Amino acid sequence: MNTLTLTQDFPGPGAVDRKPPAALAEPVTDSIKDKTMQKSSAPAVGETATPFAETLRNLFRSALPPVLGLFLLIGIWHVATQSGGAIPSPGTVWDAAVVLFSDPFYNNGPNDQGIGWNVLSSLQRVGIGFGIAALVGIPLGFMIGRFKFLSDMLNPIISLLRPVSPLAWLPIGLLVFKKADPAATWTIFICSIWPMIINTAVGVQRVPQDYLNVARVLALSEWKVITKILFPAVLPYMLTGIRLSIGTAWLVIVAAEMLTGGVGIGFWVWDEWNNLKVEHIIIAIFIIGIVGLILEQALILLARKLTKEAA
Amino acid sequence: MEKFVQIEKVGQTFDTKKGKFIALRDIDLSLKKGEFVALIGHSGCGKSTLLNLIAGLTKPTTGALICDGREIAGPGPERAVVFQNHSLLPWLTCFENIYLAVERVFSGKEGKAKLKARTQAAIEMVGLAHAAYKYPHEISGGMKQRVGIARALSMEPKVLLMDEPFGALDALTRAKLQDELMKICDKTQSTVVMVTHDVDEAVLLSDRIVMMTNGPAATIGEILDVNLPRPRDRLVLAHDPAYIDCRARVLEFLYEKQAHVEKMAA
Repeated sequence: MNTLTLTQDFPGPGAVDRKPPAALAEPVTDSIKDKTMQKSSAPAVGETATPFAETLRNLFRSALPPVLGLFLLIGIWHVATQSGGAIPSPGTVWDAAVVLFSDPFYNNGPNDQGIGWNVLSSLQRVGIGFGIAALVGIPLGFMIGRFKFLSDMLNPIISLLRPVSPLAWLPIGLLVFKKADPAATWTIFICSIWPMIINTAVGVQRVPQDYLNVARVLALSEWKVITKILFPAVLPYMLTGIRLSIGTAWLVIVAAEMLTGGVGIGFWVWDEWNNLKVEHIIIAIFIIGIVGLILEQALILLARKLTKEAA
Repeated sequence: MEKFVQIEKVGQTFDTKKGKFIALRDIDLSLKKGEFVALIGHSGCGKSTLLNLIAGLTKPTTGALICDGREIAGPGPERAVVFQNHSLLPWLTCFENIYLAVERVFSGKEGKAKLKARTQAAIEMVGLAHAAYKYPHEISGGMKQRVGIARALSMEPKVLLMDEPFGALDALTRAKLQDELMKICDKTQSTVVMVTHDVDEAVLLSDRIVMMTNGPAATIGEILDVNLPRPRDRLVLAHDPAYIDCRARVLEFLYEKQAHVEKMAA
């Protein structure tokens, strides 16, 4: 992260005259930096003869292994299902997928909706549960990290509850909310809150003492300490917590929906099992994987953008 | 005012796992206004501990510290600190780092334009106007330390506390910053306490050198008056008998009277 931003172009009006005219030592270090910058960017821009061919080759080189892996997986799957059996072959699944995705948003009542609706309602539950968990967990993490008494008080409770499978909380949710839908959201809330509390608290505890000393010498108000020092310092930790939470939440929603029913990708998997449409279950596995991958990558992208701005 | 900062019978004891550790004992020292005092001693002698006490970052176990007639109860902007590792906030530009300090001290009395002008003046004083909108990771170590000094001075502190401010810099940059610091102190008439382990730096910059005995239970060993006229020029001083004498006396103290440092450390 840091090395990335280090070699960036310098923004702002200072960029025009970079070299201090009077300084003795600075131009030396600057020119060293320049050299390393050129070196590191040399292979990408270097040969001006065929830059297009170069990028094409790079693309090919980076894309080859994953594509090969995917083909291998499908190949093994194809061979394994050749002799018949309960598991459908890749071809059968593909055909089923084409039919399924031709109309993803049909609606024939609560128990028979298109795959699009199922995915969206799962995402909605994750979004709500995760959102509330962030609203509660991040401030709580800040307070735990900032006040030792609170941390000593709550840490044993967190350590006790964190290893519990979130599904164990589902009956409590059903009892309290009397409905399946909020109970599933409640489960997501429970499973997403721990990584956010813990990572935020660790981040606050790891804010360098130097920065806090600066705050103390300047006698900054608590608000300034939070906005100017704690928040930017904790942001990378917080984003890690968020990423872990989203990952877990997406894992848990499938299981939770299997139990609660309604509309959702987890319920859909169970429903298709009852209908013995195994090819749909395999499609669902791929969809769940792809959505999880997109969520993860989106958050990594967000984290990179935010920390780059903050760094 | 004759005694601007008073340190009276100050002792500092830390509670460690092995029991009580006496870091400092019986420190008596007073500083005049506008005086430049260097604290020198072997590592582990409690120089920084004493500086932190004056800053108010830690509280003395015994004794009292008084600054401008008031007891030092905690850290505050009237005793600005230049930290050894510059301690700039990496997510703020140089300008914003200084502005944070200026805003804290003067925002009650002055408008935004005036605050910005103050920040600009501070950054120009250390010769970094061209780097004002760069982030700390985009500038060299010497430049960062200059921003740290500008941040401290921008608060117009009663006392400027410097904890080995040039320790991490190469010799050329260090010499340049020492010269700059002398000029700035001449202009601002600041009261300065600087922790250092560099004998030349101590003699060149200070009016008095406080030499500390080895820890644990370190205290003030000797105090040397440096009676060299200002402004000082390092090239001229190199052949000045008074300078050479001061230098020799500090070296004597460090390497003869307090030479058992290796034994202590082991």
